[in-house]
Order: sequence, then C-alpha cells, then structure tokens
Amino acid sequence: MTDSKEELNMLVRRYLSKTPKALLGMALGAAIGAGAFTAGTASADEQVIPSLVYRTGPYAPGGISLADGFADYFNLINERDGGINGVKLKVVECETGYNTDRGVECYDRTKNEGSGATFYSPWSTGITYALIEKATQDKIPILSMGYGRTSAADGRYFPYVFNFPSTYWNQATAIVQYIADQEGGVDKLKGKNFAYIYLDHPYGKEPLPTLDILAQKFGFAFDRYPVPPASMTEQKSIWLKIRRQRPDYAIMWGWGAMNGTAVNEAASIKFPMDHFIGNWWAAGEDAVEAAGDGAVGYKAANFHGAGADYPLYQDLKKYIYDTGKFAGKGDQWGRVLYNRGLSNAIVAVEAIRAAQAKYGNRVITGEEMQWALENLNMTDDDIAKLGATGLTPAVQVTCQNHEGQNPAVLIQQWNGSEYEIISDWVPAMSDLTRPLIEQDAEAYAAEQGLQPRSCS
Amino acid sequence: METIATLLGVDPFDLWFFVEVLVGGLMAGVMYSLVALGFVLIFKASSVFNFAQGVMVLFAALNFVGFLDMGIPVWLCFILAMGVMVLLSFVIERVVLRPLVNQPHISLFMATIGIAIFLEGFGEMLWGSSIKPLDVGIPDDVFFLGEAMIQQNDMFAAVVASVLVIALALFFHYTRIGRALRAVADDHQAALSIGIPLNHIWIIVWSVAGFVALVAGIMWGSKLGVQFSLTVLALKALPVLILGGFTSIPGAIVGGLIIGAGEKLSEIYLVDAIQSFYPSFSGAIEEWFAYILALAFLVFRPQGLFGEKIIERV
Repeated sequence: MTDSKEELNMLVRRYLSKTPKALLGMALGAAIGAGAFTAGTASADEQVIPSLVYRTGPYAPGGISLADGFADYFNLINERDGGINGVKLKVVECETGYNTDRGVECYDRTKNEGSGATFYSPWSTGITYALIEKATQDKIPILSMGYGRTSAADGRYFPYVFNFPSTYWNQATAIVQYIADQEGGVDKLKGKNFAYIYLDHPYGKEPLPTLDILAQKFGFAFDRYPVPPASMTEQKSIWLKIRRQRPDYAIMWGWGAMNGTAVNEAASIKFPMDHFIGNWWAAGEDAVEAAGDGAVGYKAANFHGAGADYPLYQDLKKYIYDTGKFAGKGDQWGRVLYNRGLSNAIVAVEAIRAAQAKYGNRVITGEEMQWALENLNMTDDDIAKLGATGLTPAVQVTCQNHEGQNPAVLIQQWNGSEYEIISDWVPAMSDLTRPLIEQDAEAYAAEQGLQPRSCS
Repeated sequence: METIATLLGVDPFDLWFFVEVLVGGLMAGVMYSLVALGFVLIFKASSVFNFAQGVMVLFAALNFVGFLDMGIPVWLCFILAMGVMVLLSFVIERVVLRPLVNQPHISLFMATIGIAIFLEGFGEMLWGSSIKPLDVGIPDDVFFLGEAMIQQNDMFAAVVASVLVIALALFFHYTRIGRALRAVADDHQAALSIGIPLNHIWIIVWSVAGFVALVAGIMWGSKLGVQFSLTVLALKALPVLILGGFTSIPGAIVGGLIIGAGEKLSEIYLVDAIQSFYPSFSGAIEEWFAYILALAFLVFRPQGLFGEKIIERV
C-alpha cells in the first residue's frame, strides 16, 4: 500500500515537472474563478426548475438578487407547503456569467436533469434569443418576464416563449406616457428633447424602432448615446454631451455596471435626477447606491413592487431566513431585483399548479407547462391569497398574446435609502405597438419558414 | 474668454465647454495613468507584462472596503490592505516567479493571466460580488471655472497621481533599493552577479505595484463603488502604455493625459463632424479611438513617447 502510494506520488511529481507551471497556475485560477453547475442529484419525482444564474462577474450585482429571489420562493413552497400538491421543486443552478454561449451550454446540460426541465428563465436577452428555436423544438417554455424578444409576444409564431407582463417596446411607450403625464399631456411632448442612453447591445437597441415611431407621432426628438459593453464604467464623454445638449429628460436602457456609472455621472453634472428615468433593468439598488446622495430623485420603471412590506415576506422570514435555508448569503431581502426573482417564481408556481389541475398531481412536462403558461389567469384575488398584493401584477395570457392583456409600468423613485413607488400603473400604448409586434413576428416566421398556429 | 470667443466668432459657452471637455479628458487620463503605473513598475523591474494589474486594482480595493465595512478606521484599513498586497507579492514570488526564472517572457505573461483569474475568483469568494460603495471623504462636488464645470474628485485624483509619481521617481533615483530595481530591470544576470537579491527585488516591486493598485482602487472605487467591472480598467491602460512606453513612469502619466484628452475631444468633436455628414452615425468611438491615437504615435516613436530606444546589433 505504501509502495503504491509512493509510486503514485512519484507519478504526480513527474507529471507536474513536465507540465508548464504557468498552465498549472491558470488551471488553478480557473478552477477557483469559474462558476459551476450545481446539481446532478434531481430525482424523477421532483419538478426540476433550471436556474440560469450569473453570480460572478461584472453583472453579478443584479444576477445574485435575481437568483436568490427565484430560489428562495421555490424553497418556501417546499418548506411551507411540502411542494406543490406533494411534488417537491428542485432548483438546479447553472452559472452563465451573462454570456450567451455559456447560457446555451447550461441549457443543454440541464434540460434532461431528473424528469426534465420544466421551463427556463434565462435572465438575459442574448441567451433568450439563442434559445428560442432550441427550446421550441424541445417543447420547453421560456419565461422571459420583461426581457428577450419583444415580438415573441405574438403567440401564434412563438408558442414556447412568454414575455408577460410587458415587453421592451411597451415599456418604452409607457415611459413616454409617464413623461407626458408629468408635462400635462401628450401634446406637451412636441418640441421636447430626450437623451436615450443605452447599452450598445441587442438589449439596448431593442426599443429604438418604437422610440422612432413615438418621436414622429408626438413631435419630440431624442439623441442616442450608446455605451459600449466593454467600457461601461467610462461615460464621461456621454454626460459631457448631455450637459451641452441639456435634454428635457434622460431615458436609460442599461444593465450591470453601466447603470451605477450613469447615475454617478448624471449626479456629477447636476442633471435633474427626477428627469432621469431608467427602464426596469436600471431599477436596482446597484444603480444608485454608489452615487450616494447624488442619486436621490432618480426614477425607474418597474413591473412589480419594491421593498419587503408584503405578507409573503413574513413566510419567507419564518420558513427560509429564520431557518437559514436562504439562497446565497441571505443579504438580498427586499431588493428590487430580488423581488423580480420572487415575482418570476410566483408565476411559475401558479402555472405548475394550473398544469397539475389539468394533467394530475404529478411532475409535469415542459409541454404541459406551456399549456399552463398560455392559459394563465392570475387575478388580484389570486395574488392576495399568495400574500403578494402589490408585489406581482395580475396577468392574463392567451394563445395569441404572450405579453399579457394589460402591459403597464409602475414608476419608482430613489429617496436616498430605498425605492418608493410613486405612480399608479402607467398603461403602455399597446394599440401602437401590437401591429409592430405582429409585423416583426411575421417577418421572423417568413425567415424561419413557419406557419401561424391556430389560436381559435 | 469672452474676448477669445469673439475673436474666434464662437459662442463663449462653446469655448468654456471645450475647456470642460479638455480638463475632463485630462482628468480621466490621470485615472488611467494610475492603473498604467502599476504595469510600468513591474515591466521595468522584470520585463513581465503583468496581465493581473487590473485585477490587482480590484483585489486591493475589495480588501480595503471589506476592512472598512468591519468598522476599522480608514488609516488602519489602508495599512491592512497594503499588508495583504505585500503578502500577495511574497506568494507570487515564491509560487509563480521563482520557479519561472530564466523562462521565456511569454511563460511569465501566461502565469500572470493565471494570477488574474485566480485573484478575481478569490476576491469574489472572500468579499462577494455586490457593488460596495466607498466613501473615504474624497470631495465629490463641482466648481466652475467660468462656465466650465470641473469635478473636485477629478482634481483630487490629479493631485494624488502627481504625488505618487514624484514619490516613485524619488524612490527609483535616490534610494538603494530603487537603484537595485533599475539594475535588475537592465539585466537580471548582471544584477545577480553583483549581489543584488533578485527574489527580494521582485517582492519589493510587486509590493510597490500593489501599493499603486491600492491607490488606484480607492480612487476608482470612490467614484464608481468597488465592483468587478474595475478589472476592465486594464483595457484603458493599454493604449496609455503603448503611447507612453512600457518602461517610463513619466510616460504613463503623459500617455494617460494624451489618451484621456484625445478620446474625449474626439468623442465630442470628431463625432459631431462625422454626424454633420452622416446623421445616423451613433458615435461611441472613444473605446477604439484611444488605440488609433496610440498607434499613430507609434509610427513616429515605435518605442513609445518615453520608452527606451533599444539598438541591437546583429
């Protein structure tokens, strides 16, 4: 035994002596630095919920909140209710680092886990785009709440993609509507000048056609300020231009470090913060915390509640936080993007429940989940029973409309220590965007050689 | 200024705005220089391009803000964070550099990539990934020079960078260790033959680079919060190094100023000019324009503005 051990040691030493040390250093670094796939133990009687997370890298400040909220709600259902009708939920995390290629790899690695993936929430527009055809073929729904491909709202061509409760295009119209409300009506938009600051990425460019149409319709002008992803933390020139241009409002479509830098620079040039409106991915605490008092007054759109003042949080405290069963470090309590993770999981749990009501109290398949999402009708009463009134919006999905029936946004404002919701639901201009959505979906179908399915 | 504006036939505000862009650019350049300095120090002493310098900025700042969050006084946090960087230098010398003495430079460069990946993961493991606001009392208001708005924190950074450069120049020229560092930079083997302990020198130079990283990390962290995107700052230092030369401390500063001012002026005025011909041009040229600017300089001075001109006879 000793001899064989020594032999092994000698072999290892010999191998090490022949391996370039630099490569060993890199391998060690990579082993510690890289994220991992954290499952492989799901059994066939568990409902597998893959979670494509980014807990590392420059987008982690938002990614951690989303991942923790998502996982904590499923854990709450397991701990408090014993699962859904006795079926336990198994969250399977895979680290994407917000990279599209790693997101696709995570999808491939997790889709056959246990009894198979129930649905995917990629938390990335890039990953969502990359998975549309694959997931449709595999009959696994993609639930991209408030991100991804806007025209996937047309369920005739995108049966497995859902983007309720609103899309980027409708969010853009709702933000413009909010500005109009502030100014005293849409007629007051004429002659106004906006700055549109966006991540120079498919996500940031997504609402540009809508803004062009809105500008033409209401007579305002807007200047585009793209922020390259590789230099999100250096925006001085952009804000110098904005200072020279003196726009009436600034609208931001940012993510990751871009948001905090923009708010910081806006504060530096004394831009009136209550005229600076981020979209719902620029609505996290990470956008404002580094700027300190300079960020007070900053506004952002949202489609769910802010803070922790909801009955659901009492259950989270009792079953998850007090028992130490929280995801991550348990430090995301009440943060905006944590609530988004919760909101996403709430919808998913109610869809699984609906699927079980139709197909039986067992583990459901992706195809059955698709039916449930497509027939989802969460009313205010349903939400109240979940203790989530104000936390997550009512939503009704149809075969034709995967965006939901009433796309709208709330506007929240940073008061120096937390976000406060300061508006009622601001409705989107769906009458303007729906034809565009259908037009884009039809163009996609023509490209892919798809026929519309019947929704009658 | 009004007189000059009248003579030039432009609006005085435009002239003040030009001053604001120029000063803002120069100040941004100073911040790039703080990162570039760390690269220069290590390259001077060991001819190693330290790919990990950007991550060292993050790692030092993470330690600093981590200690600060524990309620430790700022001055002690600085000492503790510096202690971590010195310890890191010991470990790097022992584990990475010493085994690679006399190996090709590319091996050392590859090893620094490993260090960068390791430090990023290790820092994340120790302190988490969230953005940590950092307030060490650096003034963050603005003041006006005429109509030009100047950021106080930029001016503060300029003063810090100036003090740092003067201190490093004095250290390299007037101390025994500084002279030894320069001797090692010129020729490892010759330095060894006259009794300069190479290993100690490497520890010292990596510690000094760690000190520069800590200062840069605090400055950038105060501006943006300590976050993992600080590692991309290394990308901003590259054109500065190309322009200023990899071995010159004044080069890092002057290079930073030229790159900073050049990219801001081009983003504002060159983009304006292009847009007057091609209105749908979206701009965002500064990211690559910095490299074009640096490469343009190289046409005339291949060794960089202040780099050493090496003549090899064959």
